[in-house]
Amino acid sequence: MTGNMQVVISHVTKRFNSHTVLNDVSLTIEAGQTVALIGPSGAGKSTLLRSINGLNSFDEGEIRVGSHTLLPNRSHHACPGARQVRRVFGMIFQDFQLFPHLTALQNVMDAPRYVLGLSKADAEKRAMKLLDRVGLAAKAAAYPQELSGGQKQRVAIARAMAMEPRGLLCDEITSALDPELKNEVLSVLEDLKREGLTLILVTHEIGFARRAADRVVVLAEGRIIEDGPPHEVLDNPKAPRTRQFLSQILV
Amino acid sequence: MNIRLAWARGVFVAGAVALATMLTLPPAAAEAPTKSPPEKSPLRWGADSEGGAPYICKDPQDVNRYVGFEVDLAAALEKPLGRRIEFVQYDFKSLTAGVRRGDFDFAMNGVEDTPDRRKALRLSRPYYVYTLQLVARADEKRFDSLEACKKAGGVVGTLEDTAAERLLDQMGVEKKVYGSQVEPYRDLEIGRIDAVLLDLPIATYYAKPNEKLKFVGPARNPGYYVIAFRRDQEALAREVDKAIVELAKSGELQRIYEKWQIWNDEQKRLLDSGVSDFLTESGKQWNFARYFPLLLKGAVVTVELTFLSMLVAAILGLPIALMRLYGNWPMQLAATAYVEFFRGIPVLLLLFFLYYGLPVIAENFHWTIGLKLSPMTAAILGFGLNYAAYQAEIYRAGIASIPVGQWEAGASLGMTQLHTFRRIILPQAVRVILPPSTNDLVALFKDTSIVSIIAIEELTKEYQILAKSSLKYLEIGFVTAMLYLVMSVPLGYLSRYLERRWGKGR
Ligand SMILES: Nc1ncnc2c1ncn2[C@@H]1O[C@H](COP(=O)(O)OP(=O)(O)OP(=O)(O)O)[C@@H](O)[C@H]1O
Ligand SMILES: [Mg+2]
Repeated sequence: MTGNMQVVISHVTKRFNSHTVLNDVSLTIEAGQTVALIGPSGAGKSTLLRSINGLNSFDEGEIRVGSHTLLPNRSHHACPGARQVRRVFGMIFQDFQLFPHLTALQNVMDAPRYVLGLSKADAEKRAMKLLDRVGLAAKAAAYPQELSGGQKQRVAIARAMAMEPRGLLCDEITSALDPELKNEVLSVLEDLKREGLTLILVTHEIGFARRAADRVVVLAEGRIIEDGPPHEVLDNPKAPRTRQFLSQILV
Repeated sequence: MNIRLAWARGVFVAGAVALATMLTLPPAAAEAPTKSPPEKSPLRWGADSEGGAPYICKDPQDVNRYVGFEVDLAAALEKPLGRRIEFVQYDFKSLTAGVRRGDFDFAMNGVEDTPDRRKALRLSRPYYVYTLQLVARADEKRFDSLEACKKAGGVVGTLEDTAAERLLDQMGVEKKVYGSQVEPYRDLEIGRIDAVLLDLPIATYYAKPNEKLKFVGPARNPGYYVIAFRRDQEALAREVDKAIVELAKSGELQRIYEKWQIWNDEQKRLLDSGVSDFLTESGKQWNFARYFPLLLKGAVVTVELTFLSMLVAAILGLPIALMRLYGNWPMQLAATAYVEFFRGIPVLLLLFFLYYGLPVIAENFHWTIGLKLSPMTAAILGFGLNYAAYQAEIYRAGIASIPVGQWEAGASLGMTQLHTFRRIILPQAVRVILPPSTNDLVALFKDTSIVSIIAIEELTKEYQILAKSSLKYLEIGFVTAMLYLVMSVPLGYLSRYLERRWGKGR
């Protein structure tokens, strides 16, 4: 089972009008791996991550997630096969995107209830267990606007986990948080990593990447310029572009 | 220079000159007599030329001129009075109010002699005896008199605030009241009503030439047309009284009435006998207890109309908004065209079309369905179609205001687009949509006051009728305004409350 839950990105190219955002990107990620995707602003990190979730289309190449394949599609919206891929990978957004008209509990139980077809009681049980796991059982009845940023992001993780995905795609999920709130979210991620989930993280938390990632991938101007274990890429980068980037964010 | 451009500019200049000429030329200028000496300032004569034949109406041969027996009468009066008479266009229903306000010197437009008017105005001696003529469809067999028509349960159309309307009220005949004299006969012809009771001159002009209609029984309940002055215009009124007598003596009046085919024995008697005041109409005493229930009845119609129209608009608006947001291009085009069209045309025009226009179309194309909408249906449909355009735009803005991130969050959880829309987007959009929708409801509530043109007696119409029969414009106007406010102010508060609660930040 784990063996065929690989993510294989081959020769993916993505253009916005004439601007090439991803340029012949190929990358294979094994099941259970934790990958930190870093790189300068505008490099195409978000675009790559969203492509894996079918949230944006691409122009050339293909993406395989387990047994599902995403193919190039000219339209900017729905990719065929996207719904199956989304059952394998959940997505966490920088700005949480909780549903403001629903309580924390309802946010988490809505998709299991109506997409997976669980009974109300089962969906609620699953949601409460997940809220408990991210330390927010007490906040089940709270609405998003009554939660702190860190709490919101933990609800968002519980919400994605409620669909029982094999992995999570996280796009700068701590960037909007105060430093003391970042850790509560990052420790939840470490917990999920221990459970064997595949994590693909776009992040600027170099410390966290060094501690938790199995692998660091550097993207610049739409190309992968460096790929290896954290200590190699972060402490001893080969590409001058990587060095330049790291020196900028480590000041 | 581009030839077509030059041509277009030429047309534009010509048009502008024509327009300027029309604007600067007073309508009666073409009417200006050549014989009377223009030393004194002209007298201003108020009347309504809209659908006003044979009294006064626009000359079909020359729209800058007016024709009618009252136009001839005014021209004839100029000589004995030694002054020019200038026509002032004024809404028929407000004529007596206009005299009192001093918008013109006198009203002469089939103004009936009534006790109320005698109290409030200085009335001249009569210049014409009107009688009331019942008209029915040519194939009518159920009745041969007004009494029989009542027994048969017939609905009789008439004009607002006239002796004919008062007679129908007195007899308890079911009536339908119109604002101008063309529509009742039209509605009679297509079967919306069963008969029309109006002054003989009107019937002579509009119904007699129409072979689909016939006169029923003899004309009845005679009364006088008089010229109305302000009470402080006694001197002028006396001069006019004298002039009328002179015109009667000289045979000029008879000549005019014969020309318009409204001469009859009654007129002969009037002109022979001089004047007496035998008017017997009972003056009604309108107090609060009398008129308030009628206003309340109108208010109920207003509320009913508002909420039903809003319901139509609210339901119809959603598919239009969705087509505009998510449809393919022909759908977007259609939805945009709908919104622009219904926002761009006046509701009044739409109501006229639905009520009077549709039956004509159905008739012309020989459709089996008559498309004869009841006034209430036409009004609800008209306002519904119109406000659906506004609602659609409110929905569109509301739905578009929800960030795409919400759509993506739904999608990434495996929800379909429809599911995301129903459970995630719409509930949030409703909070954005509700406050402006409530505002729209208040606007609609007040807009409904124009439906009197298709014979619905809602609050404003009820006010007009009551104010005119009682002359208590101020008092009843105040009570009517209070009724509107009592209903619209809470709605306004609701709108602001919703805005505070949901409007900003989430
Ligand atoms: N919808 C879009 N239309 C046009 N251009 C876009 C769109 N989305 C992204 N881009 C462009 O694609 C490029 C890559 O964007 P992307 O968001 O993937 O970068 P990123 O690596 O995530 O940057 P950041 O670290 O700032 O988030 C940028 O130049 C951006 O301007
Ligand atoms: Mg990004």
